[in-house]
Formats: sequence, C-alpha cells, structure tokens
Amino acid sequence: MTDWSGYIGLILQGALVTLQLTVMGSALAVVMAFLAGLGRVSRFMAVRALATTYIEFFRGTSIFVQLFWVYFVLPFAGVTLSPLQAGVLALGLNVGAYGAEVVRGAVKAIGREQREACIALNLTRGQAMRHVILPQALPLMLPTFGNNAIELLKGTAVVSLISLTDMTFQAQVVRAQTGNTLIPFAVILVLYFLMALAISHGMRWLERRVTRGLDGVRT
Amino acid sequence: MEWDWNFVWQIMPTLIDGLKITILATVFGAALAAVIGLIFAILRMTAPKPIAKATGFVVEFIRGTPLLVQLYFIFYVLPDIGIRLPALLAGVIGLGLHYGTYAAEVYRAGIENVPRGQWEAAKATNLTGQQTWIHVILPQAIPPMIPALANYLIAMFKETPLLSAITVLELMNQAKSVANSSYRYIEPMTLVGVFFLVMSLISVVFLRWLEERYARVEER
Repeated sequence: MTDWSGYIGLILQGALVTLQLTVMGSALAVVMAFLAGLGRVSRFMAVRALATTYIEFFRGTSIFVQLFWVYFVLPFAGVTLSPLQAGVLALGLNVGAYGAEVVRGAVKAIGREQREACIALNLTRGQAMRHVILPQALPLMLPTFGNNAIELLKGTAVVSLISLTDMTFQAQVVRAQTGNTLIPFAVILVLYFLMALAISHGMRWLERRVTRGLDGVRT
Repeated sequence: MEWDWNFVWQIMPTLIDGLKITILATVFGAALAAVIGLIFAILRMTAPKPIAKATGFVVEFIRGTPLLVQLYFIFYVLPDIGIRLPALLAGVIGLGLHYGTYAAEVYRAGIENVPRGQWEAAKATNLTGQQTWIHVILPQAIPPMIPALANYLIAMFKETPLLSAITVLELMNQAKSVANSSYRYIEPMTLVGVFFLVMSLISVVFLRWLEERYARVEER
C-alpha cells in the first residue's frame, strides 16, 4: 500500500502554484486588457495601431507557442525568466488580449447619449471615461471576464510543460512514482473543477456588487 | 544567436509534416466536437430531468478543467482499464470531447434564441414536429451559430500543440525535436508562431466574412 499522505501534500503544493499563477496571471491580464482595450478606442492612431497589433498577435498565436517562445527564445535575447515568471507573462499577455476585446466591446456598448451628456456637462475625456463610461461598462465586462479567468486557470496546466511544478506537473510526478494513473489525474481534475466553480461564483458575487445602484440605468 | 535562413529551409519539410498532423487533428477533432456537441445539446434539452441535469454537470465539468489534463487522462488512465488508444486518436477524442461541450452551448443558445412565437405559429399552421424543426426552427437557428462555431474551430486549432504532450508528432512536437537535436530554438519556435499567426489571420478574415454573411440572413 502506497503512503498517500506525502503524495497528497505534493499535489496540494502544486495546487498552490496553480492558484498563484492564476491570481498573478489574472492581475496582469486585467491590466493589459484595460490598457489595450482603452488603447483601441484612443484618439491617437499610433496607440490604436499598437493596441491592435498586440491583440491580434496574442490572439492569433497559440498560448502554448507563446509560452515556449518566452521560455526558450527570450533567453537568447538576453532575457532569462524563471518558469513562474514566464508562465505569468505568457498567460497574462494572452488572456489580456482576449480581455481587451471585452473592454472595447463594453465601452462601445455604452450609448451615444451618455457621451453627449458628458460633452454637455463639459467633462474632459478622462473624467467622462472614469466617472460615466467605465462604471456602466464594467458590469457588461464581468461575465466574460469570469469566463476568461477560467480559461486562464485551464491555461495554467500548460506551464507544467516548461517544468513549472504546478498541479498537473505534480500529478505526473505522482504517476511516475506510484505507477497509479487514475487517482492523481482524477484528483487534480476535481481540484481544477472546484477552482473553476470558485471563480464563477466569485464573479457572480462581484457582478451583484458592481451593479448595485445601477438598477434602472441599464436597459 | 543569429537568425539562419539555411537552417530554416533545412527544417521546413519536417515542420510541414507536423503541420499536416496539426490540420488532421483539427479537422477530425472538429467533426467529433460537432457530433458530441449535438448529443450533449439534445440530452440537455429533451432528456428527462435527471439525465438533463447530469449532462449539464458533465458539460460544466469538462469546460472547467484543462484540456491538457483531460488528454493525460485519456492517454494514460484509459489503458489501465484496457482501452489503449494510439496517441493521435486519443488527441482527437480529447479535442472532440472538450470542444463538444462548447459546441453544445452554441447549439442550445441558437435554438433557444428562436422566438417562442415561431413554435406557436408552427403549431397553429398544423405542422408536424419534424416539419417544424426542418422548415421553421433550424433554418433560423443555424445561421447565427455558424460564426460562433467557427470561432471555436479557430480556438481548437490553436490548442492542438497540447497534443505534443501525449507524443503526437504535430507541428509543435516536430519543432521541439528539431530544436532539441540542433540546440537552435529561435528558428523552429518562431516558425511555429508564424505558421499559427498566418493560419489564424486567414481564418479571422474568413470569420468576419461568415459573420457578415450570416448576419444578413438573420435580418431578413
């Protein structure tokens, strides 16, 4: 009989790495999503072009390819990253590109009359964005952001392939050491699912939170 | 390290071989996903409540867990119970199952978005169930689904490199083996990126065209 407690510890350690990656990756993704998403509706051509290039590039190539590129090719350009840094960078930039389209879509979805009202009230573009457009656009973004966060969580499994000791990697270790395949993989599948559930519940809570006071404003 | 064009031409045939497998996996995976999605969608919409609920849970579970782990599961766990699949087949089943759940949601949304009035009108004009589906519901439900399905097709294409983890010799795996044997990573990895970028830029153009074309049908 194998001593499972040690192996469970190993998988839980992996779960912690997965959580870390998800949280840090999401943070970077949110920042990139707003930078690029607002960049796409900017007044300046150069900013728009830059944002579009970023979005198309990261949405156009596979997360897998990006990860390998960051981890194996960047060192030749003199940038050596730890697996965790490479993972967070690739995941954040990739999911951020998807998020940027969500931000742009939500900002565009706010009606003309709101913008006209801002002009009538003599708000600057920055003020209009901060006080009028974004508070209304945010609730529109959240459901899709939730899905994106789950995609990011699922993407973290890929970093095990650049030798980061996340949950999937640890399951492989357990498999190699015990010869048992069903238990480690079944356990991590359940753990991933629980994390995904937690994300979708968390997002629903957040949604209720940010729509507070907006009743009757949204159609 | 400098970019070496000679090396690029030297590895090109190997990469093209890999690309063929990538496309093969995408096409079969998509076909399987379309069928599995239909089964899930029908079960979820028409089966008795417990079965519908169970199907809903399965769909949520598959969508909430990483494709990579599912591939490992199919490739490493199933042999324990006597099901030994070749790597490529395991990969296609994994892709089909994973994206089948996404397709199921697209089908469901497409059918549920047909206004109730259409069902009632079909009943009022005394159409049979089959006639209702073929002549009234599906012609209205399918066009809006097409862009969404194409979107997932592109997403799936970009996930095929995961198959390299279960030893399928697709584009990414060929690039990795070339890189490992020559110690040159820049060319193979960049070329893989370029291949994917070119293919998905082409497919984005195609997708826009689909969206425009089928949006028009919807307006009529």
